[in-house]
Amino acid sequence: MSMDHSPLWEVFVRARRGLSHTHVGSLHAPDAELALRNARDLYTRRQEGVSIWVVPASAITASSPDEKDAFFDPAADKVYRHPTFYEVPDGVAHL
Amino acid sequence: MSELFDFTLGLGDDALIAAQRLGEWTSRAPEMEEDIALANIALDQLGAARLLLTYAGELEGAGRDEDALAYLRGDREFRNCLLVELPNGDFGVTMAKLFLLAGYQLPLYTALSGCADERLAAIGAKARKESAYHLDHASLWVKRLGDGTEESHRRMQDAVDQVWPYTHELFTADPAAPVDPATLRADFDAVVSAVLDEATLTRPADGWAPGGGRDGVHTEHLSYLLAEMQVLHRAHPGARW
Amino acid sequence: MYGNDFAPPEDGPGGGLLGEVEAAEAALREAAARARRGGPAPDEDFAAYFTDVIDADQKIEPRDWMPEAYRKTLIRQIAQHAHSEIIGMQPEGNWISRAPSLKRKAILLAKVQDEAGHGLYLYAAAETLGVSRDELVELLIDGRQKYSSIFNYPTLTWADVGAIGWLVDGAAIVNQVPLCRCSYGPYARAMIRVCKEESFHQRQGYEILHTMAHGTPDQKAMAQDAVDRWWYPSLAMFGPPDGDSTHSAQSMAWKIKRFSNDELRQRFVDMCVQQAEILGLTIPDPDLRWNEQRQAHDYTQPDYDELMQVIKGNGPCNRQRMEHRRRAHSDGAWVREAASAYAAKQRNKEKVAA
Repeated sequence: MSMDHSPLWEVFVRARRGLSHTHVGSLHAPDAELALRNARDLYTRRQEGVSIWVVPASAITASSPDEKDAFFDPAADKVYRHPTFYEVPDGVAHL
Repeated sequence: MSELFDFTLGLGDDALIAAQRLGEWTSRAPEMEEDIALANIALDQLGAARLLLTYAGELEGAGRDEDALAYLRGDREFRNCLLVELPNGDFGVTMAKLFLLAGYQLPLYTALSGCADERLAAIGAKARKESAYHLDHASLWVKRLGDGTEESHRRMQDAVDQVWPYTHELFTADPAAPVDPATLRADFDAVVSAVLDEATLTRPADGWAPGGGRDGVHTEHLSYLLAEMQVLHRAHPGARW
Repeated sequence: MYGNDFAPPEDGPGGGLLGEVEAAEAALREAAARARRGGPAPDEDFAAYFTDVIDADQKIEPRDWMPEAYRKTLIRQIAQHAHSEIIGMQPEGNWISRAPSLKRKAILLAKVQDEAGHGLYLYAAAETLGVSRDELVELLIDGRQKYSSIFNYPTLTWADVGAIGWLVDGAAIVNQVPLCRCSYGPYARAMIRVCKEESFHQRQGYEILHTMAHGTPDQKAMAQDAVDRWWYPSLAMFGPPDGDSTHSAQSMAWKIKRFSNDELRQRFVDMCVQQAEILGLTIPDPDLRWNEQRQAHDYTQPDYDELMQVIKGNGPCNRQRMEHRRRAHSDGAWVREAASAYAAKQRNKEKVAA
């Protein structure tokens, strides 16, 4: 089955009031409404957030400041290469 | 007091049996994301069941706690509606059951949150938020299955037709109860009709109206469900777990 | 109060394995905060650049150049890990309907739900390497990728739920904690999240066994029987002995793996001995004893021939687990198709409206 039936969404969560939304990971869903529901269940099971954004991964264009453009083939912006789990929660916990 | 006990026990049993059925989906859902959602809803129902059964036990005053009520009653002593004990069927049937149950539980818990009994009001206030989510989740799927493919439309309509007769029992009048179920019917009808319309589904005609759950007269399914649920607990009388 | 917190204090700042997870998370932040060198210089060899990043304990990120073998190794390992979480829902899921109290039922439901969540985090991490989840799910269903062999053993009694939590999750955590420092960023971050959530899994298992071991004679016998059956398969979870392990050396060089199979197995045994004493249960190994010289326990190795048999598909439950997964997938096809068709219809409606 192709990826079309359930595309990839990137999930951003606002952990608390006063903080910005932070990328927490990704998931698959056929549409935005389901993506939002799935994000609630998957990424905020332990009350990790007060607000969620879901963005189709295909709508994200990434820059790569660290990398030489010449090195990357045109596929570099493919959905699957977007970093996921780029979460570093607010504050440095337990230190 | 016995009236309040019966009422609380009925709601607790609804939630418990619904949780037991939803739990059967674990590791079997159509998508892994949905597995998580179904488990969440099962956990909500189980949480409400525990609060309600604990309170029912206190109202009774015979020393029965949530586990004594859940594990040591026979099917004739259960007071849940028939809707929740029906087998899961396919995902469409499960969503039809959840949709109709949540369509009933949401106005019920909402009304309960304003009732005179403080404990029930607190439980209602907590559970109504959860019911709103269940209704939302089930509605979302009823629409997708109803207005998805030909096959899903057929299956979803069959599911609604199959489950519909069991909704009538939910609204049997009980004027002495903290919330008279008959007063919830209008809310239920409004939500259900709107979602079914959007889902391109036909609301089944009213006719056959099976009942008896609140009096302990159940379908054949409940006894099997309880046999499985209670087997371990009953095999070790008095044990702590 | 239970589980990994019994580990000696030198294990990390927070104490125990959870403390190590926190230390790994701190190290990850530190590495990110350190003055980072930029991308490779115009005339620089990319392989040298990659090695440099690894040597500096910096993380490789999805858009970085990486050796094809590194990518393949990671995809295989992360996918197998994800599959294990998903298949691993079955043995414990088997007891949700019969959990002996409502509290235990709720805990077990939440635990098995977490496993689905962990599977999803891991599939998402694998996807950053250029493979789709659908492809990985197909590989699992076709039997072309494996999952942890431990899940091919049956859960025969309620005590097995306890033994899985204590021993299987315990072994998994010992395996996974070093992965929090893996050189591949998305995998390391996924593992930090997984390990934090899993700390409760092991404790709930330990608590189940502890309660049963101090309960009726029947309960205690059930608990001992479960430990007897799960001990050696848990030891086998660390994989073949170092001499026979095919992928280890390269994975260590790439900092995907940080400790050898035997090192982790030893660590697990040492951890369990005292925990078993407190439980009042016996580890089924007559030769288990403290070795003063090695400052570690001597113990009997698991039966690696049995492990190979189970890996080949001949464990007690391989067929059942795969059949279950395939059926869930095929039974759900019409639902996934409907959701997809509905989404397409909505998109068309929006287009027409625009």
